[in-house]
Amino acid sequence: MSSDSAKPTTDSKPEEKPTTDSKPEEKPTTDSKPVVKKPEEKKVELPAFEKSISDKIVEKFGDKVEVAFVKKDRVGINVSRENVHDVAEFIRDGLNYDHVESVSGVDYPQDNEIAVVYHIGSYSDPSLARQLLVLSTRAQREENPIPGSDATRLPTLRDIFYSVEFHEREIFEMFGVYFEGHPDNRRLLLPEDWADIPPLRKDFAIKGR
Amino acid sequence: MTTELPTDIKSTSSEIQIDKPSSKWLPPGLALQKVDEKIMTLNVGPQHPGSGHMRLIVQIDGDYIVACDPDPGYVHRGEEKMAEYRNYITNIPHLERPVIHDSCNILYPYVLGVEELLGIEVPERAKYVRVIAAELNRCIYIMYWLAIYGIFLGHSTMFMWPTGDRELLIDLMEKMTGARVTHSHFIPGGVRNDLPANFEEVCLRQVNYFEKRIKEYAAVFYDNPILIARTQDTGVLSRQDAIRLGVTGSVLRASGIDYDVRKKEPYDVYDELDIQSIVMTEGDAYARSKIPWLDMMDSCNIIRQALQKMPKSGSVRVKLKPNPKGKGFDTVYKRVESGRGSLGCYIVSDGKPEPYRLKLSVPSFRNLIALPYLLKGEKLGNMPSVYWSLNYWPVEADR
Repeated sequence: MSSDSAKPTTDSKPEEKPTTDSKPEEKPTTDSKPVVKKPEEKKVELPAFEKSISDKIVEKFGDKVEVAFVKKDRVGINVSRENVHDVAEFIRDGLNYDHVESVSGVDYPQDNEIAVVYHIGSYSDPSLARQLLVLSTRAQREENPIPGSDATRLPTLRDIFYSVEFHEREIFEMFGVYFEGHPDNRRLLLPEDWADIPPLRKDFAIKGR
Repeated sequence: MTTELPTDIKSTSSEIQIDKPSSKWLPPGLALQKVDEKIMTLNVGPQHPGSGHMRLIVQIDGDYIVACDPDPGYVHRGEEKMAEYRNYITNIPHLERPVIHDSCNILYPYVLGVEELLGIEVPERAKYVRVIAAELNRCIYIMYWLAIYGIFLGHSTMFMWPTGDRELLIDLMEKMTGARVTHSHFIPGGVRNDLPANFEEVCLRQVNYFEKRIKEYAAVFYDNPILIARTQDTGVLSRQDAIRLGVTGSVLRASGIDYDVRKKEPYDVYDELDIQSIVMTEGDAYARSKIPWLDMMDSCNIIRQALQKMPKSGSVRVKLKPNPKGKGFDTVYKRVESGRGSLGCYIVSDGKPEPYRLKLSVPSFRNLIALPYLLKGEKLGNMPSVYWSLNYWPVEADR
């Protein structure tokens, strides 16, 4: 197919390949995009309202949580799997967030971890209508997964946010993360007789790619 | 908020274990369950005319539904996996496939996300063109949905009229993008092509006629006593439960919560346009079926405003480098209001030309959770009207 053959050629174009393989830090701003905006002012002024939300969480949990980012309308919180349940409970009861929009798994084989990211919003509090709280936690990653029977586990948030029910079932089948305490840990989208590894993991390869 | 969960929402078959598949293990719905002898298990779907492919495992006692277990996944295409193997531009055509009749809106959050990742500024005129395209597409989607809703209720006129009238707008989209259904019109940095000559007048004329046409649906459908009898007070979703279940779009607004992403978190030029987000408080299937129809009139209004405010000339796209990539590890979550509700796109970039991970948080998937809850205690005959009033599109839910 044309798209298949087009990709490698464009990939090996003369332009620089900085090998920023993964992970944070280096923000080079080397490549000059057609219209590049904002590299500087980002650090200086954090949005005040968003900052106050992250401050409340830090004040409550101290060094158990890590503020990943504070952007316009988005607050990112990283938390270990031991504390995710408590933090989520505080987010609901103390900060008035009431539903989960999206639960995404992200596989990091190089760290031997699978991140599960909850995007939490609020319908009942008008001041939070624009806001999304991005709660991210990580589960241990097993090399040869047996979904449901290995150490890739996280506590479920279904008893706090009912809306995660189907999302967590999807993460279970697609990444093999077993949610402890979830009442209905069945597959949702995949066929019942699926025998391969969870398909959204990075080591599940697509043929011909 | 109370910590108590609604007791009447129950997962239907917790006795089925996925943990150890054995030869005795049977798929959900086929496994023998120890239940009351009066209770019968019905498989609705996956071959269901009009609904796409989706199975509902329904347990009925006489004529009343005791439990419902939705079983999606028959049209799972692995869009998210495919996206990890293609660069930001070649992702565009396949990402709109889950909802081809709302293709502008499903591309919208992706395009907004990529623009934030790559730091692209969009020309003013392109923003207006996008809004017009998105609103036209919303109407096209809702007309299709309405046609299916009509046929679900055995109302053939309501199938014929919307399918015919949506051609007006499909013709407009064809003029604008060159394709009737899968437009692939939005790209990071604007839209693919400028509007054709004379488009504004044609668009205004068609939209005005379209609005006049859909107002006639009131007499034949929405004020029809049969429809009202079949949908009023069926499948009532209270305000509290709508919040708890995290539903979105017309389902949410039918339960009395004023939440429209176009208004609450305006993207592109929606903050310069006057948007009414329509809210009803009944929370029943009738309200859920009426809100999309009122939304279409609102869309016509928005299109007229956008046509008026749009800059008459100027560029509609910025030039991109051949293989654009992010600046290192970064994440972005953007959402828009699609025809079904808030549609989010979560992109994790690691500085390569392909996204490291791309997740579509689709409204159909979020609304599906309400189905078992709403169907419990309903008559089996009300199932189609409740099911389709959730504004559910199976292909989108599966991705």
